[in-house]
Amino acid sequence: MTSQSPILEISDVSLVFGGVRALSDVSFSVQPGELFSIIGPNGAGKTSMLNCVSGRYTPTMGSVSFKGQDVTGLKPNDRAELGIGRTFQNLALFGHMNVLDNIMVGRHHLLKNNFVNGPLYWFGGAQKEELEHRRFCEDVIDFLEISHIRKATAGTLSYGLRKRVELARAVALRPDLILLDEPMAGMNLEEKEDMARFIIDLNEEWGMTVVMIEHDMGVVMDISNRVMVLDFGRKIAEGLPDDVMANKHVKKAYLGEEDDDSDEDEQVA
Amino acid sequence: MAGFSLRPCGDFRTTYRQDTRIFDTTYIRNAAILGIFAVAMIPFVLDGYYVNLFIQISYFAIAALGLNILVGFTGQISLGHAAFFGFGAFASAWINNTTGIPVLLSIPLAGLMTAAVGMLFGLPAARIKGLYLAIATLAAQFILEDFFARAEWFTGGSYGAAANPINVFGYEIYDDFSFFYVALFFLVVMYLLGTNLMRTRDGRAFVAVRDHYLSAEIMGINLTKYRLMSFAISSFYAGVGGAMYGHYLGFVSAEGFTILLSIQFLGMIIIGGLGSVKGTLMGTVFMVLLPEVMESGVSALSVFEWASSTAVTDGLAYIKEMAIGLAIILFLIFEPDGLAHRWQQIRAYWKLYPFSY
Ligand SMILES: Nc1ncnc2c1ncn2[C@@H]1O[C@H](COP(=O)(O)OP(=O)(O)OP(=O)(O)O)[C@@H](O)[C@H]1O
Ligand SMILES: [Mg+2]
Repeated sequence: MTSQSPILEISDVSLVFGGVRALSDVSFSVQPGELFSIIGPNGAGKTSMLNCVSGRYTPTMGSVSFKGQDVTGLKPNDRAELGIGRTFQNLALFGHMNVLDNIMVGRHHLLKNNFVNGPLYWFGGAQKEELEHRRFCEDVIDFLEISHIRKATAGTLSYGLRKRVELARAVALRPDLILLDEPMAGMNLEEKEDMARFIIDLNEEWGMTVVMIEHDMGVVMDISNRVMVLDFGRKIAEGLPDDVMANKHVKKAYLGEEDDDSDEDEQVA
Repeated sequence: MAGFSLRPCGDFRTTYRQDTRIFDTTYIRNAAILGIFAVAMIPFVLDGYYVNLFIQISYFAIAALGLNILVGFTGQISLGHAAFFGFGAFASAWINNTTGIPVLLSIPLAGLMTAAVGMLFGLPAARIKGLYLAIATLAAQFILEDFFARAEWFTGGSYGAAANPINVFGYEIYDDFSFFYVALFFLVVMYLLGTNLMRTRDGRAFVAVRDHYLSAEIMGINLTKYRLMSFAISSFYAGVGGAMYGHYLGFVSAEGFTILLSIQFLGMIIIGGLGSVKGTLMGTVFMVLLPEVMESGVSALSVFEWASSTAVTDGLAYIKEMAIGLAIILFLIFEPDGLAHRWQQIRAYWKLYPFSY
């Protein structure tokens, strides 16, 4: 695995908001096919790190490269086209659309119909293309076991289901790298188990490289190939789950003061 | 309510194709087709007054659908829609008068020209939103009005421009009776195109931009492109509606395209339902008929002795003018989702009758 060139390479990324240093000189790389987790206390800069990868934030310093291409200056939509998909810590579905349309939006960059042949629907090939992609979306829907709500308005769903629909939408993009920001936050045990299974399947069956932020240490230790720990915007450890757990900096910074890892305050992703 | 569907029991969909149809059921589709045929009978059974009302409804409804694509579906705002409507009217007359291109072709061409102008004035939308965008589009309204008054080569200045009648296969459409069918044709075509747009890629992108622009961008949607595209398509519809208006009246003058008409367009889509294609049509019907109904109400009252004093007739005239504003306010308060939503409720009620759950 180490001999391959990394799919994602973060070099000396720093991110400053006014006086706040959200990230300081963070470097790491993720190999194709890995399931890589980022952990750390609240406000450590985990979401900020994902935002730098997905293009929501541009690092103040340092660079992000994806599949060997420097994407530091690219806009989020261009990165989506290159194959980066993500879900958000606080939900970010298209609330008034139904579940199916939400997922179809994920196909946006793969669809070719437009404002000219889309309106001509039956004549310009748009119908045929839409139906083909609909088929793919139905596969995603089956995989994530949400077929019973496919016509429901996204905004009316329960929290757990919305998280799942968001994952479906990101999967529909067919990304090579999928970024998951606390996919299991606020879920009960059963929902967490389902979600863990989906993530493993995405990684192993669908061949997606996964970078995941998660507070549930049990899940992180169980399913991750490697783990990175952030604290106050700095990387304090990186390695195999067991090694990271044994690291004394980690114990001190994160696990030592562990009070409860359940619901976190949501903040702008 | 989540996965609620209005299909009758036993009407299952077995292919994705059936599931993506415009109308929920074959029954509704047939009803709609029947409805179009019924409307097509209007010139034969009703008098010219209703034919004229329908023609008004059709060109306003086309322009209003454009505004709904911009405001209701994409979540932007425009206070200058009437100016684009006017631009389309002048453009089509100008194209036809200067090049001799047949009117039937100059109408869509005027739509394209208006789309280009709309995109130009939509440029600020790439950077600003909300109130600031509203002000920017207000500027478009006034700049274009000024342009209409000054650009004599294009609009005829204060004299206005003559617009030739539509010519279909050598047959000139002078009277309301035959224009009615041209209007019906344009209405059906433009609404079908709009409906299809909203169920394909770019229409979904509009709604995505409206509902959550940050995640739309993460899903690969170029925000600037779609915000501008929405202005272009919106103006295209305004331009086509305006062009029809011009060729219907036979004459275009700048006075009609004021901010008042822009507000009325907004009224149509608010009353009909933001983000609803069929609601747009309902809202337009409402807005065109409201003054007519008020008018006949007022004249019905005038048979009474007390109603013929000048104080009362003046008062009634005011009420008539205020009715539109009042209707918009009442809808915003009591039915913010518009007529389309109310219609949905009524359908749901009858489907479930007599059980109210
Ligand atoms: N847009 C922003 N503007 C200003 N400060 C920000 C912004 N985004 C993040 N921050 C700050 O950066 C720091 C890191 O935030 P971030 O959201 O990355 O933390 P996190 O590790 O994801 O925390 P949590 O576990 O609570 O989600 C915090 O101090 C936060 O207040
Ligand atoms: Mg976070």
